[in-house]
Amino acid sequence: MRRAKTPAAIGILAALGLLLFLLPMAGLIIRAPWSQALGELADPTTTTALGLSIFCSLTATGIALVLGVPLAMILARTRGTLRNILRALTTLPMVLPPVVGGVALLLAFGRRGLVGSLLYQAFGIQIPFTTAAAVMAETFVSMPFLVIAVEAGLRSLDHRYEEAARSLGAGYWRVFTRVTLPLLRPAIFSGAVLCWARALGEFGATITFAGNFPGRTQTVPIAVYLALETKPDAAITLSLILLVVSVAILVGMRDRWLGAL
Amino acid sequence: MIKRALAVTSLVLVAACGQPAPAAGPARTTLTVFAAASVQPAFDKIGLKLQNTRNIVTTFSYAGTQTLTTQLTQGAPADVFASADTAHMTTIESAGLIRGQSVLFGHNRLEIAVARGNPKGIHALADLARSGLVVVLADPSVPAGKYAQQALAKAKVTVHAASLEQQVTGVLSKVALGEADAGIVYVSDIVTSGQVDGVAIPDAQNVVADYPIAIVKGTQNLSAATAFVDLVLSTNGQAILRAAGFEGV
Repeated sequence: MRRAKTPAAIGILAALGLLLFLLPMAGLIIRAPWSQALGELADPTTTTALGLSIFCSLTATGIALVLGVPLAMILARTRGTLRNILRALTTLPMVLPPVVGGVALLLAFGRRGLVGSLLYQAFGIQIPFTTAAAVMAETFVSMPFLVIAVEAGLRSLDHRYEEAARSLGAGYWRVFTRVTLPLLRPAIFSGAVLCWARALGEFGATITFAGNFPGRTQTVPIAVYLALETKPDAAITLSLILLVVSVAILVGMRDRWLGAL
Repeated sequence: MIKRALAVTSLVLVAACGQPAPAAGPARTTLTVFAAASVQPAFDKIGLKLQNTRNIVTTFSYAGTQTLTTQLTQGAPADVFASADTAHMTTIESAGLIRGQSVLFGHNRLEIAVARGNPKGIHALADLARSGLVVVLADPSVPAGKYAQQALAKAKVTVHAASLEQQVTGVLSKVALGEADAGIVYVSDIVTSGQVDGVAIPDAQNVVADYPIAIVKGTQNLSAATAFVDLVLSTNGQAILRAAGFEGV
Protein backbone atom coordinates (compact mmCIF):
# COMPACT_ATOMS: atom_id res chain seq x y z
CA MET A 1 0.00 0.00 0.00
CA ARG A 2 1.33 3.43 -0.94
CA ARG A 3 1.11 6.10 1.75
CA ALA A 4 -0.05 9.58 0.83
CA LYS A 5 2.65 12.25 0.78
CA THR A 6 2.57 14.39 3.95
CA PRO A 7 1.86 18.04 3.10
CA ALA A 8 4.64 20.52 3.88
CA ALA A 9 2.37 22.42 6.29
CA ILE A 10 2.20 19.40 8.59
CA GLY A 11 5.98 19.15 8.56
CA ILE A 12 6.37 22.83 9.38
CA LEU A 13 3.94 22.68 12.29
CA ALA A 14 5.58 19.52 13.58
CA ALA A 15 8.99 21.19 13.39
CA LEU A 16 7.62 24.18 15.32
CA GLY A 17 6.26 21.86 17.97
CA LEU A 18 9.60 20.09 18.21
CA LEU A 19 11.46 23.40 18.49
CA LEU A 20 9.26 24.40 21.39
CA PHE A 21 10.61 21.37 23.25
CA LEU A 22 14.14 21.62 21.92
CA LEU A 23 15.02 25.30 22.33
CA PRO A 24 14.48 25.53 26.11
CA MET A 25 16.64 22.43 26.61
CA ALA A 26 19.31 23.96 24.35
CA GLY A 27 19.10 27.20 26.32
CA LEU A 28 19.60 25.38 29.58
CA ILE A 29 22.58 23.42 28.28
CA ILE A 30 24.24 26.33 26.48
CA ARG A 31 23.78 28.84 29.28
CA ALA A 32 24.83 26.40 32.00
CA PRO A 33 27.81 27.60 34.03
CA TRP A 34 29.73 24.40 33.33
CA SER A 35 32.93 25.60 34.97
CA GLN A 36 31.09 26.37 38.20
CA ALA A 37 28.65 23.50 38.04
CA LEU A 38 30.75 21.31 40.34
CA GLY A 39 31.12 24.15 42.82
CA GLU A 40 27.37 24.74 42.80
CA LEU A 41 26.84 21.03 43.33
CA ALA A 42 28.92 21.19 46.50
CA ASP A 43 26.93 24.19 47.77
CA PRO A 44 25.02 23.21 50.94
CA THR A 45 21.78 24.75 49.60
CA THR A 46 22.01 22.48 46.56
CA THR A 47 22.94 19.30 48.42
CA THR A 48 20.29 19.88 51.10
CA ALA A 49 17.58 20.45 48.50
CA LEU A 50 18.72 17.43 46.48
CA GLY A 51 18.77 15.17 49.52
CA LEU A 52 15.33 16.34 50.61
CA SER A 53 13.93 15.94 47.10
CA ILE A 54 15.23 12.38 46.81
CA PHE A 55 13.87 11.48 50.25
CA CYS A 56 10.45 13.05 49.69
CA SER A 57 9.94 11.71 46.17
CA LEU A 58 10.96 8.16 47.14
CA THR A 59 8.73 8.23 50.24
CA ALA A 60 5.84 9.56 48.15
CA THR A 61 6.39 6.75 45.63
CA GLY A 62 6.46 4.21 48.47
CA ILE A 63 3.17 5.49 49.88
CA ALA A 64 1.70 5.57 46.38
CA LEU A 65 2.67 1.89 45.94
CA VAL A 66 1.13 0.84 49.25
CA LEU A 67 -2.11 2.78 48.72
CA GLY A 68 -2.22 3.02 44.93
CA VAL A 69 -1.98 -0.65 43.98
CA PRO A 70 -5.02 -1.63 46.13
CA LEU A 71 -6.86 1.41 44.76
CA ALA A 72 -6.09 0.27 41.22
CA MET A 73 -7.34 -3.24 42.09
CA ILE A 74 -10.64 -1.86 43.32
CA LEU A 75 -10.89 0.38 40.26
CA ALA A 76 -10.23 -2.55 37.94
CA ARG A 77 -12.96 -4.59 39.59
CA THR A 78 -15.78 -2.06 39.81
CA ARG A 79 -18.14 -1.31 36.94
CA GLY A 80 -20.61 1.38 35.96
CA THR A 81 -21.25 4.68 37.73
CA LEU A 82 -19.27 3.83 40.86
CA ARG A 83 -16.23 3.12 38.72
CA ASN A 84 -16.63 6.42 36.86
CA ILE A 85 -16.83 8.32 40.12
CA LEU A 86 -13.81 6.53 41.60
CA ARG A 87 -11.88 7.05 38.39
CA ALA A 88 -12.67 10.76 38.25
CA LEU A 89 -11.62 11.18 41.90
CA THR A 90 -8.38 9.33 41.31
CA THR A 91 -7.38 11.17 38.16
CA LEU A 92 -8.47 14.61 39.37
CA PRO A 93 -5.03 15.50 40.81
CA MET A 94 -3.53 14.84 37.35
CA VAL A 95 -5.56 17.62 35.75
CA LEU A 96 -5.96 19.88 38.78
CA PRO A 97 -3.50 22.79 38.87
CA PRO A 98 -1.02 21.76 41.61
CA VAL A 99 -1.45 25.07 43.44
CA VAL A 100 -5.16 24.33 43.75
CA GLY A 101 -4.20 20.93 45.11
CA GLY A 102 -2.04 22.70 47.69
CA VAL A 103 -4.90 24.97 48.73
CA ALA A 104 -7.20 21.95 49.00
CA LEU A 105 -4.64 20.10 51.14
CA LEU A 106 -4.38 23.16 53.37
CA LEU A 107 -8.15 23.27 53.82
CA ALA A 108 -8.23 19.58 54.70
CA PHE A 109 -5.03 19.08 56.69
CA GLY A 110 -4.17 22.61 57.80
CA ARG A 111 -4.47 23.64 61.41
CA ARG A 112 -8.01 24.89 60.75
CA GLY A 113 -8.74 22.25 58.12
CA LEU A 114 -11.37 19.51 58.16
CA VAL A 115 -9.05 16.81 59.50
CA GLY A 116 -6.13 19.01 60.48
CA SER A 117 -8.12 20.85 63.14
CA LEU A 118 -8.96 17.54 64.87
CA LEU A 119 -5.32 16.45 64.71
CA TYR A 120 -4.22 19.77 66.13
CA GLN A 121 -6.76 19.86 68.94
CA ALA A 122 -6.37 16.23 69.93
CA PHE A 123 -2.63 15.71 69.55
CA GLY A 124 -1.15 19.15 68.86
CA ILE A 125 0.02 17.90 65.48
CA GLN A 126 0.45 20.48 62.74
CA ILE A 127 1.15 19.12 59.26
CA PRO A 128 1.89 22.25 57.17
CA PHE A 129 5.52 23.42 57.13
CA THR A 130 6.81 19.90 57.83
CA THR A 131 8.59 17.38 55.62
CA ALA A 132 5.49 15.21 56.03
CA ALA A 133 3.51 17.98 54.31
CA ALA A 134 5.96 17.98 51.39
CA VAL A 135 5.60 14.19 51.10
CA MET A 136 1.80 14.44 51.26
CA ALA A 137 1.73 17.11 48.56
CA GLU A 138 3.95 14.99 46.32
CA THR A 139 1.88 11.86 46.95
CA PHE A 140 -1.35 13.73 46.20
CA VAL A 141 -0.07 14.91 42.85
CA SER A 142 1.84 11.81 41.74
CA MET A 143 -0.17 8.79 42.93
CA PRO A 144 -2.68 8.97 40.05
CA PHE A 145 0.10 8.16 37.59
CA LEU A 146 0.73 4.89 39.40
CA VAL A 147 -2.95 4.03 39.83
CA ILE A 148 -3.69 4.57 36.14
CA ALA A 149 -0.71 2.46 35.04
CA VAL A 150 -1.51 -0.41 37.41
CA GLU A 151 -5.21 -0.34 36.56
CA ALA A 152 -4.39 -0.60 32.86
CA GLY A 153 -2.08 -3.52 33.68
CA LEU A 154 -4.82 -5.26 35.66
CA ARG A 155 -7.35 -4.85 32.89
CA SER A 156 -5.08 -6.45 30.31
CA LEU A 157 -4.15 -9.26 32.71
CA ASP A 158 -5.01 -12.79 31.69
CA HIS A 159 -7.07 -13.89 34.70
CA ARG A 160 -6.86 -17.57 33.72
CA TYR A 161 -3.47 -17.78 35.51
CA GLU A 162 -5.07 -16.65 38.75
CA GLU A 163 -7.99 -19.03 38.26
CA ALA A 164 -5.60 -21.91 37.58
CA ALA A 165 -3.66 -21.16 40.75
CA ARG A 166 -6.91 -20.94 42.74
CA SER A 167 -8.16 -24.24 41.31
CA LEU A 168 -4.92 -25.81 42.49
CA GLY A 169 -5.79 -24.78 46.04
CA ALA A 170 -3.91 -21.49 46.50
CA GLY A 171 -5.56 -18.97 48.83
CA TYR A 172 -6.22 -15.32 47.97
CA TRP A 173 -2.93 -13.90 49.33
CA ARG A 174 -0.88 -16.70 47.81
CA VAL A 175 -2.40 -16.07 44.38
CA PHE A 176 -1.91 -12.33 44.85
CA THR A 177 1.76 -12.51 45.80
CA ARG A 178 2.78 -15.43 43.58
CA VAL A 179 0.70 -14.84 40.44
CA THR A 180 -0.96 -11.42 40.26
CA LEU A 181 1.93 -9.26 41.47
CA PRO A 182 4.60 -10.92 39.26
CA LEU A 183 2.31 -10.54 36.24
CA LEU A 184 1.74 -6.91 37.16
CA ARG A 185 5.39 -6.15 37.71
CA PRO A 186 5.96 -4.25 34.43
CA ALA A 187 2.88 -2.07 34.99
CA ILE A 188 3.79 -1.40 38.62
CA PHE A 189 7.36 -0.59 37.65
CA SER A 190 6.51 1.89 34.90
CA GLY A 191 3.77 3.41 37.06
CA ALA A 192 6.16 3.83 39.97
CA VAL A 193 8.80 5.46 37.78
CA LEU A 194 6.27 7.91 36.32
CA CYS A 195 4.95 8.60 39.81
CA TRP A 196 8.46 9.19 41.14
CA ALA A 197 9.34 11.54 38.28
CA ARG A 198 6.20 13.56 38.89
CA ALA A 199 6.88 13.68 42.64
CA LEU A 200 10.46 14.82 42.04
CA GLY A 201 9.23 17.73 39.92
CA GLU A 202 6.40 18.76 42.24
CA PHE A 203 6.34 22.48 42.99
CA GLY A 204 2.92 24.13 43.26
CA ALA A 205 1.19 21.93 45.82
CA THR A 206 4.37 21.64 47.89
CA ILE A 207 5.08 25.36 48.19
CA THR A 208 1.43 26.08 48.94
CA PHE A 209 0.89 23.35 51.51
CA ALA A 210 4.36 22.84 52.96
CA GLY A 211 5.89 26.30 52.54
CA ASN A 212 9.58 26.85 51.98
CA PHE A 213 12.33 26.08 54.46
CA PRO A 214 15.78 24.71 53.60
CA GLY A 215 16.22 21.12 54.73
CA ARG A 216 12.58 20.74 55.73
CA THR A 217 10.36 21.62 52.80
CA GLN A 218 12.62 23.28 50.23
CA THR A 219 12.81 20.66 47.47
CA VAL A 220 14.86 21.11 44.29
CA PRO A 221 12.10 22.74 42.20
CA ILE A 222 11.46 25.28 44.98
CA ALA A 223 15.19 25.88 45.37
CA VAL A 224 15.42 26.45 41.59
CA TYR A 225 12.59 28.97 41.72
CA LEU A 226 14.13 30.89 44.62
CA ALA A 227 17.71 30.68 43.38
CA LEU A 228 16.74 32.16 40.01
CA GLU A 229 16.21 35.46 41.82
CA THR A 230 19.37 35.51 43.87
CA LYS A 231 21.84 32.99 42.39
CA PRO A 232 20.90 32.28 38.75
CA ASP A 233 23.93 30.01 38.24
CA ALA A 234 22.79 27.75 41.06
CA ALA A 235 19.28 27.68 39.58
CA ILE A 236 20.60 26.62 36.17
CA THR A 237 22.81 23.93 37.71
CA LEU A 238 19.92 22.51 39.74
CA SER A 239 17.73 22.57 36.63
CA LEU A 240 20.40 20.66 34.73
CA ILE A 241 20.44 17.99 37.42
CA LEU A 242 16.68 17.53 37.10
CA LEU A 243 17.04 17.44 33.29
CA VAL A 244 19.72 14.74 33.54
CA VAL A 245 17.52 12.70 35.89
CA SER A 246 14.58 13.02 33.50
CA VAL A 247 16.67 11.94 30.52
CA ALA A 248 18.01 9.03 32.56
CA ILE A 249 14.44 7.94 33.30
CA LEU A 250 13.56 8.12 29.60
CA VAL A 251 16.61 6.10 28.61
CA GLY A 252 16.00 3.57 31.37
CA MET A 253 12.38 3.16 30.33
CA ARG A 254 12.96 3.24 26.58
CA ASP A 255 12.00 -0.39 26.05
CA ARG A 256 8.75 0.08 27.86
CA TRP A 257 7.73 3.40 26.32
CA LEU A 258 9.59 3.99 23.10
CA GLY A 259 9.76 0.31 22.25
CA ALA A 260 6.00 0.01 22.47
CA LEU A 261 5.55 2.42 19.59
CA MET B 1 12.18 19.95 1.93
CA ILE B 2 13.37 19.77 5.50
CA LYS B 3 15.63 22.76 4.90
CA ARG B 4 12.73 24.77 3.56
CA ALA B 5 10.55 23.76 6.48
CA LEU B 6 13.25 24.83 8.90
CA ALA B 7 13.71 28.15 7.12
CA VAL B 8 9.98 28.86 7.27
CA THR B 9 9.95 27.73 10.89
CA SER B 10 12.65 30.16 11.91
CA LEU B 11 10.87 32.93 10.04
CA VAL B 12 7.65 32.21 11.90
CA LEU B 13 9.55 32.09 15.18
CA VAL B 14 11.24 35.43 14.52
CA ALA B 15 7.88 36.95 13.65
CA ALA B 16 6.33 35.47 16.79
CA CYS B 17 9.09 36.94 18.93
CA GLY B 18 8.36 40.48 17.71
CA GLN B 19 6.60 43.03 19.86
CA PRO B 20 2.83 42.58 19.86
CA ALA B 21 1.05 45.75 18.74
CA PRO B 22 -0.50 47.51 21.74
CA ALA B 23 -4.27 47.15 21.47
CA ALA B 24 -4.99 50.70 22.54
CA GLY B 25 -7.99 52.62 21.26
CA PRO B 26 -7.69 56.26 20.36
CA ALA B 27 -8.59 57.56 23.82
CA ARG B 28 -7.78 54.64 26.10
CA THR B 29 -4.15 54.00 27.04
CA THR B 30 -2.85 50.94 28.82
CA LEU B 31 -0.03 50.91 31.30
CA THR B 32 1.90 48.08 32.95
CA VAL B 33 3.09 48.63 36.51
CA PHE B 34 5.41 46.21 38.32
CA ALA B 35 4.94 46.79 42.04
CA ALA B 36 6.01 45.23 45.32
CA ALA B 37 3.31 42.93 46.73
CA SER B 38 2.82 45.15 49.78
CA VAL B 39 1.57 48.17 47.79
CA GLN B 40 -1.29 46.26 46.12
CA PRO B 41 -4.22 47.69 48.14
CA ALA B 42 -3.04 51.28 47.66
CA PHE B 43 -1.98 50.91 44.01
CA ASP B 44 -5.23 49.19 43.03
CA LYS B 45 -7.05 52.30 44.22
CA ILE B 46 -4.60 54.64 42.50
CA GLY B 47 -5.00 52.65 39.27
CA LEU B 48 -8.77 52.98 39.48
CA LYS B 49 -8.47 56.72 40.01
CA LEU B 50 -6.22 57.04 36.96
CA GLN B 51 -8.73 55.10 34.89
CA ASN B 52 -11.60 57.32 35.98
CA THR B 53 -9.81 60.63 35.55
CA ARG B 54 -7.46 60.05 32.61
CA ASN B 55 -8.86 56.93 30.90
CA ILE B 56 -5.56 55.16 31.47
CA VAL B 57 -6.05 51.45 32.18
CA THR B 58 -3.33 50.09 34.42
CA THR B 59 -2.35 46.43 34.55
CA PHE B 60 -0.48 45.56 37.72
CA SER B 61 2.00 42.78 38.28
CA TYR B 62 2.39 42.38 42.02
CA ALA B 63 5.11 40.11 43.40
CA GLY B 64 8.06 40.12 45.75
CA THR B 65 10.39 42.97 44.72
CA GLN B 66 13.20 40.47 44.10
CA THR B 67 10.99 38.55 41.63
CA LEU B 68 10.11 41.73 39.75
CA THR B 69 13.77 42.76 39.68
CA THR B 70 14.72 39.44 38.07
CA GLN B 71 11.90 39.77 35.54
CA LEU B 72 12.91 43.34 34.65
CA THR B 73 16.57 42.42 34.16
CA GLN B 74 15.40 39.54 31.94
CA GLY B 75 13.60 42.09 29.78
CA ALA B 76 10.02 41.91 31.02
CA PRO B 77 7.97 44.76 29.51
CA ALA B 78 6.90 47.27 32.14
CA ASP B 79 6.28 50.99 32.20
CA VAL B 80 6.65 51.70 35.90
CA PHE B 81 8.50 49.87 38.69
CA ALA B 82 7.73 50.37 42.39
CA SER B 83 10.13 48.64 44.77
CA ALA B 84 9.88 47.87 48.49
CA ASP B 85 13.51 48.78 49.06
CA THR B 86 16.21 50.96 47.57
CA ALA B 87 18.65 48.07 47.05
CA HIS B 88 16.63 46.42 44.28
CA MET B 89 15.89 49.79 42.68
CA THR B 90 19.63 50.44 42.63
CA THR B 91 20.13 47.09 40.87
CA ILE B 92 17.65 48.13 38.19
CA GLU B 93 19.15 51.63 37.93
CA SER B 94 22.70 50.38 37.54
CA ALA B 95 21.50 47.95 34.86
CA GLY B 96 20.47 51.07 32.91
CA LEU B 97 16.78 50.09 32.92
CA ILE B 98 15.41 53.28 34.46
CA ARG B 99 14.44 56.50 32.74
CA GLY B 100 15.63 59.49 34.77
CA GLN B 101 15.86 58.86 38.48
CA SER B 102 13.78 56.98 41.01
CA VAL B 103 11.91 58.92 43.68
CA LEU B 104 10.68 57.79 47.09
CA PHE B 105 6.89 57.65 47.28
CA GLY B 106 6.29 56.21 50.74
CA HIS B 107 7.61 54.53 53.84
CA ASN B 108 6.43 51.49 55.73
CA ARG B 109 7.20 49.99 59.09
CA LEU B 110 7.13 46.45 60.38
CA GLU B 111 4.51 44.97 62.64
CA ILE B 112 3.85 41.51 64.03
CA ALA B 113 0.77 39.89 62.48
CA VAL B 114 -1.16 37.61 64.82
CA ALA B 115 -4.55 35.89 64.73
CA ARG B 116 -7.58 38.00 65.61
CA GLY B 117 -7.73 38.63 69.34
CA ASN B 118 -4.07 37.61 69.76
CA PRO B 119 -4.85 34.20 71.34
CA LYS B 120 -1.15 33.37 71.84
CA GLY B 121 -0.52 36.56 73.79
CA ILE B 122 2.28 37.92 71.63
CA HIS B 123 3.36 41.39 72.72
CA ALA B 124 6.90 41.86 71.44
CA LEU B 125 9.50 40.47 69.04
CA ALA B 126 11.03 38.55 71.96
CA ASP B 127 7.81 36.49 72.22
CA LEU B 128 8.45 35.10 68.73
CA ALA B 129 11.33 33.03 70.11
CA ARG B 130 8.95 31.05 72.31
CA SER B 131 9.03 27.35 71.59
CA GLY B 132 5.89 25.80 70.17
CA LEU B 133 5.02 28.99 68.35
CA VAL B 134 4.71 28.72 64.56
CA VAL B 135 6.36 31.81 63.10
CA VAL B 136 6.53 32.52 59.38
CA LEU B 137 8.85 35.12 57.85
CA ALA B 138 9.55 36.36 54.35
CA ASP B 139 12.69 34.93 52.77
CA PRO B 140 15.77 37.12 53.39
CA SER B 141 15.94 37.72 49.61
CA VAL B 142 12.55 39.47 49.88
CA PRO B 143 12.73 43.08 51.18
CA ALA B 144 10.24 42.32 53.99
CA GLY B 145 12.36 39.32 54.99
CA LYS B 146 15.53 41.40 55.00
CA TYR B 147 13.86 44.07 57.14
CA ALA B 148 12.52 41.41 59.52
CA GLN B 149 16.04 40.03 59.98
CA GLN B 150 17.27 43.55 60.77
CA ALA B 151 14.50 44.12 63.30
CA LEU B 152 15.11 40.74 64.98
CA ALA B 153 18.83 41.51 65.13
CA LYS B 154 18.12 44.87 66.77
CA ALA B 155 15.89 43.14 69.33
CA LYS B 156 18.54 40.40 69.77
CA VAL B 157 15.93 37.70 69.11
CA THR B 158 16.53 34.43 67.28
CA VAL B 159 13.45 33.04 65.58
CA HIS B 160 13.13 29.54 64.16
CA ALA B 161 10.85 30.21 61.21
CA ALA B 162 8.56 27.45 59.99
CA SER B 163 8.62 28.78 56.43
CA LEU B 164 10.32 31.50 54.41
CA GLU B 165 7.76 32.98 52.03
CA GLN B 166 8.48 34.47 48.60
CA GLN B 167 6.52 37.63 49.26
CA VAL B 168 5.25 39.41 52.32
CA THR B 169 1.64 38.66 51.39
CA GLY B 170 2.50 34.95 51.75
CA VAL B 171 3.39 35.60 55.40
CA LEU B 172 0.15 37.49 55.89
CA SER B 173 -1.99 34.74 54.37
CA LYS B 174 -0.35 32.00 56.47
CA VAL B 175 -1.32 33.96 59.61
CA ALA B 176 -4.79 34.79 58.26
CA LEU B 177 -5.36 31.09 57.43
CA GLY B 178 -4.37 30.15 60.97
CA GLU B 179 -1.43 28.00 59.88
CA ALA B 180 1.05 30.36 61.51
CA ASP B 181 0.73 31.94 64.96
CA ALA B 182 2.71 35.01 64.00
CA GLY B 183 4.60 36.62 61.17
CA ILE B 184 6.50 39.83 60.57
CA VAL B 185 4.83 41.98 57.93
CA TYR B 186 4.37 45.66 57.12
CA VAL B 187 2.02 47.93 59.04
CA SER B 188 0.22 48.52 55.73
CA ASP B 189 -0.45 44.78 55.33
CA ILE B 190 -2.26 44.68 58.64
CA VAL B 191 -4.19 47.92 58.02
CA THR B 192 -5.57 46.62 54.72
CA SER B 193 -5.92 42.91 55.53
CA GLY B 194 -8.69 43.11 58.12
CA GLN B 195 -8.15 39.42 58.90
CA VAL B 196 -5.28 39.68 61.36
CA ASP B 197 -4.37 41.80 64.35
CA GLY B 198 -1.15 43.77 64.58
CA VAL B 199 1.30 43.95 67.46
CA ALA B 200 3.40 47.11 67.26
CA ILE B 201 7.19 46.91 67.24
CA PRO B 202 8.84 49.81 69.15
CA ASP B 203 10.82 52.31 67.06
CA ALA B 204 14.12 51.25 68.62
CA GLN B 205 13.68 47.77 67.11
CA ASN B 206 11.72 48.72 64.01
CA VAL B 207 12.99 49.29 60.50
CA VAL B 208 11.72 51.94 58.11
CA ALA B 209 11.23 50.60 54.61
CA ASP B 210 11.73 53.13 51.82
CA TYR B 211 9.64 52.63 48.68
CA PRO B 212 11.08 54.12 45.47
CA ILE B 213 9.24 54.36 42.15
CA ALA B 214 10.65 54.90 38.67
CA ILE B 215 9.70 54.91 35.00
CA VAL B 216 11.17 51.99 33.08
CA LYS B 217 13.42 53.02 30.20
CA GLY B 218 11.71 50.94 27.53
CA THR B 219 8.25 52.39 28.20
CA GLN B 220 5.97 52.80 25.20
CA ASN B 221 3.65 55.11 27.14
CA LEU B 222 5.81 57.81 28.62
CA SER B 223 2.95 60.24 29.22
CA ALA B 224 0.77 57.60 30.90
CA ALA B 225 3.70 56.38 33.00
CA THR B 226 4.47 59.94 34.06
CA ALA B 227 0.80 60.46 34.91
CA PHE B 228 0.86 57.36 37.12
CA VAL B 229 4.00 58.38 39.00
CA ASP B 230 2.66 61.95 39.37
CA LEU B 231 -0.60 60.63 40.80
CA VAL B 232 1.26 58.44 43.32
CA LEU B 233 3.24 61.49 44.48
CA SER B 234 0.24 63.87 44.43
CA THR B 235 -1.81 64.84 47.49
CA ASN B 236 -4.50 62.39 46.36
CA GLY B 237 -2.08 59.51 45.89
CA GLN B 238 -0.36 60.17 49.20
CA ALA B 239 -3.74 60.21 50.96
CA ILE B 240 -4.57 56.81 49.47
CA LEU B 241 -1.19 55.45 50.58
CA ARG B 242 -1.66 56.86 54.10
CA ALA B 243 -5.11 55.30 54.33
CA ALA B 244 -3.49 51.99 53.40
CA GLY B 245 -1.05 52.24 56.29
CA PHE B 246 1.97 53.79 54.58
CA GLU B 247 3.79 56.89 55.73
CA GLY B 248 3.87 59.61 53.10
CA VAL B 249 6.90 61.44 51.81
